[in-house]
Amino acid sequence: MTAPRDLLSPLWRHPRRAPPFSVRDWELVIGQARRGRLLARLAQHVLDLDIVAQLPAGAWQHLASELVLVQRQRAAVQWEVDCIARALAHLDTPVVLLKGAAYLLAGLPPARGRVFNDIDILVDKRQIALVEAALMAAGWISHERDAYNQRYYRTWMHELPPLTHVTRQSVIDVHHTITPPTSRFAVDGALLLPHVLPLQPLQQAGRVAVLDLLDMVLHSAAHLFGEGEFDHGLRDLLDMDDLLLHGQATWPDFWPRLLDRADALGLQVPLYHALVQVQRLFGTAPPPALAARVRTLQPSAAARWAMGWALGQALQPKHPSCDSVASAAARFGLYVRSHWIRMPAHLVARHLLRKAWMRAFPTDDPNPTLTV
Amino acid sequence: MLLRDLTQRECTLRLHGAGLALRTGAYGFRIRSRMSQVAQGLWLLYAHHPLLADTDFVDFDLSLDRVPGIRRWVRPQAQFLFDGDSPFEPLPADHAYPLLEWSMNWCISAHVLDTLLLHSAVIEREGLAVILPAPAGSGKSTLCAGLVLRGWRLLSDELGMVSLQDGSVGALARPVSLKNESLAVIQRFEPTAVFNRVSVGTSKGTVTHMQAPADHVARMDERARPRWVVFPRYVAGSPPLLQPRSRADSVLELGRNSFNYGLLGPAGFETLADMVEACACFDFQYSSLDDAVATFDQLLRAAAP
Repeated sequence: MTAPRDLLSPLWRHPRRAPPFSVRDWELVIGQARRGRLLARLAQHVLDLDIVAQLPAGAWQHLASELVLVQRQRAAVQWEVDCIARALAHLDTPVVLLKGAAYLLAGLPPARGRVFNDIDILVDKRQIALVEAALMAAGWISHERDAYNQRYYRTWMHELPPLTHVTRQSVIDVHHTITPPTSRFAVDGALLLPHVLPLQPLQQAGRVAVLDLLDMVLHSAAHLFGEGEFDHGLRDLLDMDDLLLHGQATWPDFWPRLLDRADALGLQVPLYHALVQVQRLFGTAPPPALAARVRTLQPSAAARWAMGWALGQALQPKHPSCDSVASAAARFGLYVRSHWIRMPAHLVARHLLRKAWMRAFPTDDPNPTLTV
Repeated sequence: MLLRDLTQRECTLRLHGAGLALRTGAYGFRIRSRMSQVAQGLWLLYAHHPLLADTDFVDFDLSLDRVPGIRRWVRPQAQFLFDGDSPFEPLPADHAYPLLEWSMNWCISAHVLDTLLLHSAVIEREGLAVILPAPAGSGKSTLCAGLVLRGWRLLSDELGMVSLQDGSVGALARPVSLKNESLAVIQRFEPTAVFNRVSVGTSKGTVTHMQAPADHVARMDERARPRWVVFPRYVAGSPPLLQPRSRADSVLELGRNSFNYGLLGPAGFETLADMVEACACFDFQYSSLDDAVATFDQLLRAAAP
């Protein structure tokens, strides 16, 4: 087996330069970017470096096509956000956009060349039943028919089961906070709402907002290391690098405030791991004067070593050119860890047993799945 | 260098090793496979296609192999991998070759957004192209195969690729897919046509592929100007019936059957509307390929200056 060849992540190391790629390298990096959902981002990067003419003939079309797709998605996301805002305008909660939609509508750097999946929103927990009803009235319904899975989301998760629009098929994830309430890093949504930033009203009145920049960074860190899957890990880390650079360029006291906010929300450990990886891959780091303060975030030496190794493996492209026993082991370890931090052990055991039981003895579904 | 310039053994070794890199129209594919069925199919059907040089960029890197584990022995399956990802469910190993062709179609239709992709066959004569759109089962591929064996040049039997810049259509000159009864129909119609082995019991029934004629492959870089849009329909026992069809309705139907019309937005609409504007549109009902050949020859004569 040949050594892993991650051509993708070094591209975004600062200062960013034209990569000395051969034709084979371009083929490989395009494949790696495609798997990591970073093809449009790569396209944007090539435009930023002004090296379209240096690409081998035929390569640019793959990148340009992805930019067409992103342009289409942007229009669709704006339209969906408008629909969501209208559906929820009468409720006593802001509609806080998270991740991709937030970057796009707030005009933040990570939106450039970023593809979108579902639309994530965060609302006031006390209003969540009314939000769900209002979204259902507007056409978004849950396809999750299994009673246990419904309960799993509602009791233990920080979000409702995904809601899919009956005609447009758009998917919304409705959150009431940014980490599971049972998690080691539980965050009370009520701490986030007072800081949200309202956006310019869209066509319809509606309280559309985004998280405060510090909370965006912390959400990004918590999400990256709370999730069990790293298919989009590098993309999420690039989002974070963009946000950090944006913060440090626009707020004089950005870094100390970020560290304070991590303390206030109890997200020191996810932030620490994220900062280590951002620095390792892209070279973005807190000012040296804050080094001692950053060290107060850090977990035990063993945890630092294990996470550093596992994340280093798992953040490589999920592509045959980088697959190895180590990367598979690291991904599995991180998957297990994600469950471990998401719930206390007795709940994980109960949940996994229940899931195993459901797989072994499937019940007849009283409502056969709607095929659309 | 063409694939036929390799020995069959060299072709197989490439498939087992770094991959066989060949070009169909504007797209380069690198294929890796250890399945003899795939090697034989490619060797036969792509004999006239050019191989890519080491310095050429390859658009799509794919592999087609047996599913490992217990599946190697119990009801063996073949799976398509693209960038290490498996976009489709594996199929029975006996369907490996058609799976490769479908996978190659998917590579183009799921990724290309710099060209309007119509779900249609396209043939050409004297620089003028016929777009043959149609839902499955309408006899599109059969008609396409028949006309290609009687003087029309094959551009593609599945993907109509319309340039967003100048409205011309490009060629792939890939094998023509034939299903069920149409295989025997074409064998009777042209006994010299070259076919791959038959796969039985696929999701589309019995399928095989017909080799594109060598001179059509040699001319695959020649583009053509769309001149007719003909919606074919096979109706047993019917005389050939060519009836004008509204352009507006033709645009709608072509858009519905396009792989990327919705994603291209205004550019897709402009390209499609301009194309149909410049075309005569027809519904064509037929039962005999000889009748169809005569009808299409008439179309061409009527268009001659």
